[in-house]
Amino acid sequence: MKKRTVFFILYLCLLMLPIYWMLNMSLRTNADILNSLAFYPKNITFANYVKIFTDSSWYNGYINSIIYVTMNTVISLVTALPAAYAFSRYRFIGDRQIFFWLLTNRMSPAAVFLLPFFQLYSTFGLIDTHIAVALAHCLFNVPLAVWILEGFMSGVPREIDETAFIDGYKFPRFFLTIFIPLIRSGIGVTAFFCFMFSWVELLLARTLTTTIAKPIAATMTRTVSASGLDWGLLAAAGILTIVPGALVIWFVRNNLAKGFAMGRV
Amino acid sequence: MDKWKDNKAWFLVLPVFIIVAFSAVIPLMTVVNYSIQDIFGPGQRVFVGTEWFKEVLSDGRLHEALWRQLIFSGLVLLIEIPLGVFIALLMPKKGWGASISLVVIALPLLIPWNVIGTIWIIFTRPDIGLFGAAINGMGIVFDHTASSLDAWITLILMEVWHWTPLVALLAYAGLRAIPEAYFQAAKIDGASTWATFWYIQLPKMRGVLTIALLLRFMDSFLIYAEPFVLTGGGPGNSTTFLSIYLVKVAVGQFDLGPAAAFSLIYFLIILLFSWLFYQVLQNVGKGETS
Repeated sequence: MKKRTVFFILYLCLLMLPIYWMLNMSLRTNADILNSLAFYPKNITFANYVKIFTDSSWYNGYINSIIYVTMNTVISLVTALPAAYAFSRYRFIGDRQIFFWLLTNRMSPAAVFLLPFFQLYSTFGLIDTHIAVALAHCLFNVPLAVWILEGFMSGVPREIDETAFIDGYKFPRFFLTIFIPLIRSGIGVTAFFCFMFSWVELLLARTLTTTIAKPIAATMTRTVSASGLDWGLLAAAGILTIVPGALVIWFVRNNLAKGFAMGRV
Repeated sequence: MDKWKDNKAWFLVLPVFIIVAFSAVIPLMTVVNYSIQDIFGPGQRVFVGTEWFKEVLSDGRLHEALWRQLIFSGLVLLIEIPLGVFIALLMPKKGWGASISLVVIALPLLIPWNVIGTIWIIFTRPDIGLFGAAINGMGIVFDHTASSLDAWITLILMEVWHWTPLVALLAYAGLRAIPEAYFQAAKIDGASTWATFWYIQLPKMRGVLTIALLLRFMDSFLIYAEPFVLTGGGPGNSTTFLSIYLVKVAVGQFDLGPAAAFSLIYFLIILLFSWLFYQVLQNVGKGETS
């Protein structure tokens, strides 16, 4: 085997080590964990997972997270698609400035917006709803979606648009039936990144929710701060937060990296 | 080929403009509003001008947090960018090996940020964690809750573990976009691996590396959840980064005015650095590639 392959496999193993350790702990009881250091679970138990799937205060966290992440991905895509088309095809007053302004929102610290968000969403009576978190996450996901989609769209030759318009297509029909199918993979990649950044964000999601729409990540911090930690349960909950992302990534793996190589800098 | 000139394209941008304006402009105006007023309660506020800005700029603990943040982001970038490029060069180019390594490498990116903190608490505990137990087993006393240095090492290890995959994925995408003909030409000329990397691969990766650098800079500069869970800003204040300090001021002490002024300064620092990186990288190596 070549040296580079050995290096690479070594890196993958190191990368997986902390996750493996969490998996290992999730399959043991808390007493067993605290009692001895074991490199693999000797008496495998699924009690931690059973607890999460049967206790509504746990599994509701996952449902809430999935609901607002999905809402956010849909909103981001629907609004970003026409905008990205405009940026990739047209020159208009303020196009560069708007593009840069969008990106600056990706740079603003979420902590800056905590209080104003809380007040704004209280005014509209949106606190503790899924849509509040979905809208708040648009702050960083919409700019990112426009950025990635614009790259993919610029890769489509403009002759296609021109031909379609000459053939008498109106814009909405052209966009929905011809153009969108052409950038399918780009939409997949964008959806993945929106999903990812919404899924991993905690600060805003935690601030805007209390009980009804509480995300799983917040449910877990409650457990961390409580006295007498149940490590096994915490590890099982952690492992389950990885599963949805791992499923999504499998579907976009081949196009995952391509989007950025084409994106404009 | 020039783009079409048409101001009606604004209608296509309008939905994005409205939704981001709702989430960004209104809150930002509130922040600006807070930053120049003293708020005692609902309806009781006094205009104070630039007083909060003066107070924040002369706050010694903020200066410390800012230095910590700069050192942290600097170290993280210095490790992650070269390491990410190196890993991208090692990655298999096609076949099932490439698919699997893409998925495995992306895995740490999909873990909620506070869970990242939790994983590393578990992993570095001296009694139940593999890393903690191993390093203590070697006779080195390592405890990130007691020693500032150990807390820093743990945080940097965690950050490198968490985010190098992003750099690797981006660099990998840049490498795959280089036409095969370049490598054939290099081979005919008898170029060494190093020369191929320095004169072909690295310049061609400039675009993706700019994105990687910008994203990594912004996110490491904004880091909150991971150190909050792992160290809580301690021991002492040794890992209190800007975000953690900001949340302490805003939520902990409920000092809205100073917190708002702090936020605006924070935002401007990030904007300034991002703009600098962007300008520098746009000009570096232009002569070689164009």
